Order: sequence, then structure tokens, then C-alpha cells
Amino acid sequence: MAKTAVPMVEADQVSKSFGSNEVLKSISLTVNRGEVLCIVGPSGSGKSTFLRCINHLETVNAGRLRVEGVLVGYKEKGDKLHELHPKEAAAQRRDIGMVFQRFNLFPHMTALENVIEAPIRVKKVPRAQAVARAKELLAQVGLAEKADSYPAHLSGGQQQRVAIARALAMDPKLMLFDEPTSALDPELVGEVLDVMKQLAKDGMTMIVVTHEMGFAREVADSLVFMDGGVVVESGKPRDVLANPQHERTKAFLSKVL
Amino acid sequence: MASAGPDRSAAGLTPSPNGLTSAPSIKAVRLRHPWRTLIAVVIVIYLAAFLWDASQRKAFDWPTYGKYIFDQRISQAALVTIELTVLAMVIAIILSVVLALMRLSTNPVLRAVAWGYLWIFRGTPVYVQLVFWGLLSTIYPVLHFGLPFVPPFFDIQSRSGLSFFTLAVIGLALNEAAYLAEIVRAGILSVDPGQGEASTALGMTWVQSMWRVVLPQSMRVIVPPTGNETIGMLKTTSLVTAVPFSGDLYSVAHDIGIPIFDPLPLLLAASTWYLAITSILMVGQYFLEKRFARGVGAARPARRSKRGPVVEVPSYVSYPKNGDE
Repeated sequence: MAKTAVPMVEADQVSKSFGSNEVLKSISLTVNRGEVLCIVGPSGSGKSTFLRCINHLETVNAGRLRVEGVLVGYKEKGDKLHELHPKEAAAQRRDIGMVFQRFNLFPHMTALENVIEAPIRVKKVPRAQAVARAKELLAQVGLAEKADSYPAHLSGGQQQRVAIARALAMDPKLMLFDEPTSALDPELVGEVLDVMKQLAKDGMTMIVVTHEMGFAREVADSLVFMDGGVVVESGKPRDVLANPQHERTKAFLSKVL
Repeated sequence: MASAGPDRSAAGLTPSPNGLTSAPSIKAVRLRHPWRTLIAVVIVIYLAAFLWDASQRKAFDWPTYGKYIFDQRISQAALVTIELTVLAMVIAIILSVVLALMRLSTNPVLRAVAWGYLWIFRGTPVYVQLVFWGLLSTIYPVLHFGLPFVPPFFDIQSRSGLSFFTLAVIGLALNEAAYLAEIVRAGILSVDPGQGEASTALGMTWVQSMWRVVLPQSMRVIVPPTGNETIGMLKTTSLVTAVPFSGDLYSVAHDIGIPIFDPLPLLLAASTWYLAITSILMVGQYFLEKRFARGVGAARPARRSKRGPVVEVPSYVSYPKNGDE
């Protein structure tokens, strides 16, 4: 709708290296509000690293990465960049939800306690209000009756849905998914993808690193294929998946489709 | 649609009409262990002989033991020993968390200072350290508290301001902190890095993430060896005579026994108290471990859940459905 507004995420020649190993080489892409971007590519292509740069779990070495027009991890003063204080970086992350491949639920807390933890501690939401919202969210991901279960008593799919509810509890404007279904048994993948589809339908801006080409085709507004730290090819998912232009894309898709 | 029948039975599984199979349970003759029985009998005989002998032996002087076991001086001294143990452990635990976090810090100065602390306090005998603390007032008659280049805020005259009890607590605590710091560090490192990452991604600060997410999980690793250390501390308090502080259980038992030329029954009385306190500490440790095992292990039922355990039905078991298509 508001195409003139600032994009949700804007990467401008983003580069990142670990020592001498350059994992991201001048990545440029834009995600607008309400859009779903899927990033695919072989392992080691830098797609997870790129995702982790967006909420500053990793530091960018070159280029500019902006969320809603605001630089991630740095402040621009004059012609110099200043690193953010950890507290300021933490404040930036509050509006960006992240879902991990290995769920990373807090095992010493029940599903409900997992969901209310950050709203209470970080946003200082009153406990009763946080609990009410958490119950809503757990119902939304189909786990209303599992509120008092510990993660160890939930299946992988259920854990990942709790993790999604936990991220949503901070009312993020952007959701990052780092291979959310890769650690799941095949029969549990569907329940997580269903929750994500509903989320996309509700207008959430999402960046999803995934190997689920069916999900990408059905839900994503755009698809990026990364390999060796560069964006090899991008476009409408249907076009890229059905008619890849680049040799490396063709080779990759022939293996996974 | 849901016909799981024919190919499964070919694999050797023949479910009865209600879908459950059953065979008569096995009633086997139990395996005998003749050597095991023999060794057990021999050990029990030796133990009984030793105990009977001990109960008769003059040197142990059981009547004197009976006279002093509940002597008020002994029970008072046991209380002092508990005070030394608890105070030293509380200070040591707080200091050890600080030291462990310093060792894991990204600041090289903090890391080096923590390392140096461990090197010295772990590398020298606690007895020697206690002697040093006893000599504090000789080495530093006045202790100044303040900031560099600023007049001190307040002074302590070490001879009058610090009792031997205080010095004993400080000496024990600073030594113990070095050992506990390594236990805490191991506990923190045992927590999956994904936990810190998840809390960071939720916008939690480092302190929130440590306090709410990482440390509670590390407790599972920290509590058992810390229980060990607490029991160790209880017994190490018997070294405070080096300070010299003489109000603890061992010193008092010793000081009663020597003038009456009968130290043995008093050592036995002191040992009985040490054992009793250790036993109480072990019970406490059990409950602490239970507390921090929340959410671990699939055998424990969900908290506040009133439902029974869920029985997983194997997929090859099919129930006849009403109006099955």
C-alpha cells in the first residue's frame, strides 16, 4: 500500500567476514512492510549470517543495514560510524522477532513463562496483562492447553510454535526465521509452516531462511538465492524456482526440488 | 483410506481384533550368585567384629563420650562451626560468581586479575593463608578504605576492629571463592550458547540474560559440586586454629580433652557432630538439586497438570471408527 514509505529492511552493500573468511560480499536487498522474503541457498552460503546481522547478533563490517530507515548496530555521526552501547542495541532488537533452527526455548520455564519473560522483563508489561496476551498467542499457534508444559515435554513442532509465540509476544514489526523447520521430523514441519503462513496472511513482515521450496512458492513475495556470500539471483519465487537464470541456481534447485 | 492391515501382518505383527497382542509373562528361575553371597557374608562378619571390638575398647572411653557428647561447650562450638561455614560459603559464593564472570569477560584486565586471584588462592595451602590473615594486624596495623589519590573515607584499626572470628571467615571465604569460581565458570559454560542468543534476540540486556536465563540453568551443574565444597568447608573450619581462632568444634573438643588426659572420646564426640551437620547439609542439597531440575528429564510430569500421563498409541494399532468410510 504505502510504497513510498521507508522499506522495513534495506541492505546496502553489506559485507561481513570472520577473520579472513568473507561470508557476506556486498549484499544489497530491500524488504518492504508486509512483505515475505525467503532466502534459499546451500549451507555455508551466508544466509543465516545475513539474518543474524539484521538484529545485530553479528556485526556488519562494511556497507549499511537499515531497519525502518534506522542503522542497525551503529550510529552515524558526521562521516563516522559509532558502535551502539549494548543497551541501545538491545532496544533495537525488541522490535525484531527471531525464531531459531534449534528453537532455543528456555528449558527451565514453562511454555507460558517462556512467552511472558521478555514482555515483563524488557517491556515492563504488568504480569497479568502479559499472561493474558501470552495465552492468546499460545492459542493462536494452537497450543492453548500446553501453557504449563515444560519444553522437554513438547514435540519439536510444538516447541517451535511456542518459540514463535515467544517472539510475537514482543509485538515485533519484523520476524526473522532461521531455518525454522530444519530440525524437525518431517511430519511436524507442516504445523510450523501453517502458523507461519497465517502470520504472513496477517501482514507480518518476514524474512525466512528455509529449504522449504513449497512454502517459498506459496507464501513469499520475493525469493533470494544466495551462494558463496553473494546474492546470485532474486525475483518472484515462481519465476526463480520455475525458470532459474543462473547456472548455480539451476544446480542447487535441481538437487532440492 | 486407513487400512494399515495387510502389509503390516506380513511383517510379523498380527494384532488381535482389539488391536493389542499379549503373550504369557515369563517365569524364569533367578540366576544365583554364590561368590557375591560369600563376599557379603565375609564383609558383614568383619564389620560386626570391628564394631563389637570398638564398643569394648578402653581407649575409646565411651562413658566419657556419653558425658561430653551433649556438653553445652561442644554444642556451642558446633554452632560456631556452622556459623563459620555458612558465612564463609555465602561470601565465597557471591565472590565466586563475580570472579567467574570476570574470567569470562571480554575485558583482558578483568580476565587477568581473576586468573591471578585463582592462581594465588588456589595455589597456596589454606592453612598458610589462615596464618597470614592472623598476622594481618602486624602487617597492616591500619586499613584505609577509599579511592586512589583521594583521602580515605574511613580507616579500620586491624587489631581492635577485626576479631579472629572475622579473620577466620575472611580467610576461609577468599580461599573457597577461588575453587567455587571454577565451578561457576564450568556451570555457565555448560549452558547452550543458543540460550544467551535467544534472550539477546528478545531484547534482554546482558545482566537480564545472565540472571534469568543462563545462571538458573547453570545451577544444575553448579549445585552438586558446591554441596561438596560446603561439606568440605565444614571440615576445613577445623583449621581456623591457625588464625588463631579457637571457638570451633575441633578446637573446643581438643581443649576439653587435653587437660583431662583423654582426647579420644572428645574427638569422637566432635566427629559425631560433624557427621550430623554433614547429613543435614546433604538433605538440603537434595532439595536444591530438585528445585533446579525443573524442566529437565521427560519423566517428570508438567507442573500444575491434572491430567494423567499420555499413552502413545503405536501407529500400527488401529481402532474401529464409528461410521468408518
